[in-house]
Amino acid sequence: MTDTSTTSSTSSPLVEIRNLSFARGNRMIFDGIDMDIPRGKITAIMGPSGTGKTTLLRLIGGQIKPLTGTIKVDGIEVTELSRSALFQLRKRMGMLFQNGALLTDMNVYDNIAFPIREHTRLSEKMIRTLVTMKLQVVGLRGARDLMPSELSGGMARRVAMARAIALDPMMMMYDEPFTGQDPISMGVLVRLIRELNDALGLSSIVVSHDIEEASSIADNIYLLSGGKVVAHGSSEALHNSGSEWAQQFLKGLPDGPVPFHYPANDYAEDLLSTGNSK
Amino acid sequence: MNTRKTEILVGLFIAAGLAALFMLAMKVSNLNIYNNEAGYEITANFENVSGLKVKSAVTMAGVRIGRVSDISFDAERFEAIVKIKIESQYNTLPKDTSASIYTAGLLGEKYIGLEAGGDEENLKDKDKLKLTQSSLVLEKLISRFVDSFIDKDKSDK
Amino acid sequence: MLNYLQHLGASGLSFFQRLGRAHILFAHILGGIPSMLPRLSLVVHQIYSVGVLSLLIILVSGLFVGMVLGLQGYNILVDFGSEETLGVMVSLSLVRELGPVVAALLFAGRAGSALTAEIGLMKSTEQLSAMEMMAIDPIRRVLTPRFLAGFISMPLLAAIFSAVGVIGGQLVGVGLLGVDDGAYWSQMQDSVDLYDDIYNGVIKSIVFGVVVTWIAVFEGYDAIPTSEGVSRATTRTVVHSSLVVLGLDFILTAIMF
Repeated sequence: MTDTSTTSSTSSPLVEIRNLSFARGNRMIFDGIDMDIPRGKITAIMGPSGTGKTTLLRLIGGQIKPLTGTIKVDGIEVTELSRSALFQLRKRMGMLFQNGALLTDMNVYDNIAFPIREHTRLSEKMIRTLVTMKLQVVGLRGARDLMPSELSGGMARRVAMARAIALDPMMMMYDEPFTGQDPISMGVLVRLIRELNDALGLSSIVVSHDIEEASSIADNIYLLSGGKVVAHGSSEALHNSGSEWAQQFLKGLPDGPVPFHYPANDYAEDLLSTGNSK
Repeated sequence: MNTRKTEILVGLFIAAGLAALFMLAMKVSNLNIYNNEAGYEITANFENVSGLKVKSAVTMAGVRIGRVSDISFDAERFEAIVKIKIESQYNTLPKDTSASIYTAGLLGEKYIGLEAGGDEENLKDKDKLKLTQSSLVLEKLISRFVDSFIDKDKSDK
Repeated sequence: MLNYLQHLGASGLSFFQRLGRAHILFAHILGGIPSMLPRLSLVVHQIYSVGVLSLLIILVSGLFVGMVLGLQGYNILVDFGSEETLGVMVSLSLVRELGPVVAALLFAGRAGSALTAEIGLMKSTEQLSAMEMMAIDPIRRVLTPRFLAGFISMPLLAAIFSAVGVIGGQLVGVGLLGVDDGAYWSQMQDSVDLYDDIYNGVIKSIVFGVVVTWIAVFEGYDAIPTSEGVSRATTRTVVHSSLVVLGLDFILTAIMF
């Protein structure tokens, strides 16, 4: 499926974002960003919390519309698609939500079978084979009959991964896959993302602020801040870059271009004022 | 959740709901009376039917044998025409049966009471009752009562 | 003063926005009904959680409401010497008013709040978003079957409520207070009309079923996806649907009877 679905030449980027702007209320989340997500590689998008990394994934998935700019996925302009065309495109995208977003009223098996049952008319026997294969990939074949509430956070994410690849998509999007994980399950997830990408010929986008894990698997890194792309390149290139911002983020310095203090009026003045908050 | 168990319970639930509807229709409402409407219809003219309604009971010897099916006005004779539907099993009423309008209890519902005569022939569909007695109107009764007192007063003097 | 006016305007605007969203959602839900027909098992599962799980509270309340009606009605009617008409009083109040209305209120409290909470939780845990990303329309897959289940369950629940209530009235009136059993039923049958009373009662309960489920589903879908937002939406479901049921009941009664 991955082979037939790629319509344009393999050299062009899978996702092509040009001059993208998006605002929530009065706050600009993105201010004219350009981005290229290459095929067959893992691209990490990093930045401090609140820079709209998750929003970016939603924009690519067409769940929200940008203010201006274009987003092309596999040569298709996402922002102008009709609802049904968008759904056709989404069948070729897999997305892993932050906490897995498993359907809580079904067990693990039914969760993975869910998209297959909804979109195909395969026999139960075929579905069983498919689901078993997907579960084997994420190493949870034994957890087939558990309910989502009985899974640990890491296991839930692995089940969600199995579900996301159930329809053999061309790309995977991971939303903060490492947040709140212990080192072991973090390691498992890192390995899975890499293996899935290489074994299934996917293109992956990983949104994260876990620098070490993300940069260990990413072929390409985009650093976002203040609605702009502040740096991009391979992980090594960024570590050696002169960008002050990249240095602060990658090394986790408390103060720098991203200030420690939330913008406020003068400290001394604030202390001396009579307490009237005006 | 076991699918089979769920489906059985839902089936039971829907069956119970339909049974409840059925009970309301059959046992609580007058549906069974509608259904027994196989019967014959006779008419009777009354001078006054105030208080009588369509579907009021028609009884004989205190047993309900039919219902009022229609009440209309005869513009020529200035009388009320009442159509009465008698259930078909009561087909041996004599032709000179008389009809009166009674009240159940002091303030209760009006109903038609039939009294059998002695005729050999039986009532048939579309027959007309000749002997009728009208509804009792309370105001008339009271005024007649008061009048009789006044008359008595006058004769005493 | 101007601030007050502005506040009034803002809340008025947001009210109409919500109303508009509710109607768009309603159209969307109805649009999903044809696709539900080949997948009735989804609806059946929702009837279980919406209808079957509400059954106990409906049965118990129906029985007690009927018993109270029997007791109160007897005490009033016996003063007029017409305790024979107890059956009429119990059955008419149940079939016309209490059956549809009380069942709808209980339904809003039991099933409506559960629906809102469930859908709100699915939204806040991104399950609805995840479905969208799997190219599955969450309104059709999640909301439509729940709506249909409410639409089907409500009249059945109201009928069960009325039927159980009539039996409860009989238990008290006949069993406890000594009203004649034959009079209880025959007077009832004489006075209760299939079309005027029972049919209209069923129509009422269908309308209530649609409205309560609609409100519940909308509040869940429109909830702010946080635990606070979901709990507020749940409260709103119960309050709004109760008010709407009572208001609509007045209008429907005025039209029908």
